[in-house]
Amino acid sequence: MTDRDASALAAARSGRAMRRNDARARSHAAYWAFLTHRLSGIALALFLPVHFFVLAQALTHPTTLDAFLEWTRRPVVKLAETLLVLALAAHLGGGVRLLFVEFAGWRADWQKTAMALAAAAALAVALMFALAA
Amino acid sequence: MSDTGTWAADSAHRNRSRTARAAAWRFVLQRASAAVLALCVVVHLATMIYAVRHGLSSEAIVARMQAGAAWPTFYAVFAAAAAIHAPLGMRTVVDEWLGLRGSAVDAALGLFALLLLGGGLYAVHALAG
Repeated sequence: MTDRDASALAAARSGRAMRRNDARARSHAAYWAFLTHRLSGIALALFLPVHFFVLAQALTHPTTLDAFLEWTRRPVVKLAETLLVLALAAHLGGGVRLLFVEFAGWRADWQKTAMALAAAAALAVALMFALAA
Repeated sequence: MSDTGTWAADSAHRNRSRTARAAAWRFVLQRASAAVLALCVVVHLATMIYAVRHGLSSEAIVARMQAGAAWPTFYAVFAAAAAIHAPLGMRTVVDEWLGLRGSAVDAALGLFALLLLGGGLYAVHALAG
């Protein structure tokens, strides 16, 4: 085996090992908590300017705001709103967990419970919104 | 070391400590705004569910906002905290996922912060009158 073959084999092995590690890391609850926090954060950051723009219509075009509120009564919009509420509640739950991890020293063995509680609370809030909507 | 070398080392040290100070400020601002937002979001979620249950209309929203100073003040604080929190979060996202960093990114995120602050306060003003 040439040196080049040996180094290619080593690289392939380490690549496989990395992929295996990656998959293991991704099957961990903390990875899903991270991904949920990140995706919900992006969704909320993009939604905020639109939200403010719509609310500002109350001053400039009050009838536009009411027409918009009428439009939000469509089932598809209600579903999108419920997903946004879920994103907000999930970002809140995950964020509070992170604050407690960083500042109150929450122990590692409670993390799965904390993540499950954050997810359950977020789902409960979204369900309450969906039922009220 | 020559004078120039000492000056360069001092300058590099100053740059590093300035970068570290900025990172520390971003950390503090991100967490402090998160703590404020945690309280605001709980109130917002509860208000939202209550408002939707009782029929969402622009009159109902405006009536709530014009009933006193409490709601406009609350939403102004909420908007300010979001204007700090969201751009700092996006800074981490574009760095880690898109590999974008540097002064142009910081300038764009600064504009995003101003857009959120201005938009949020304008919306509060629009509803509270």
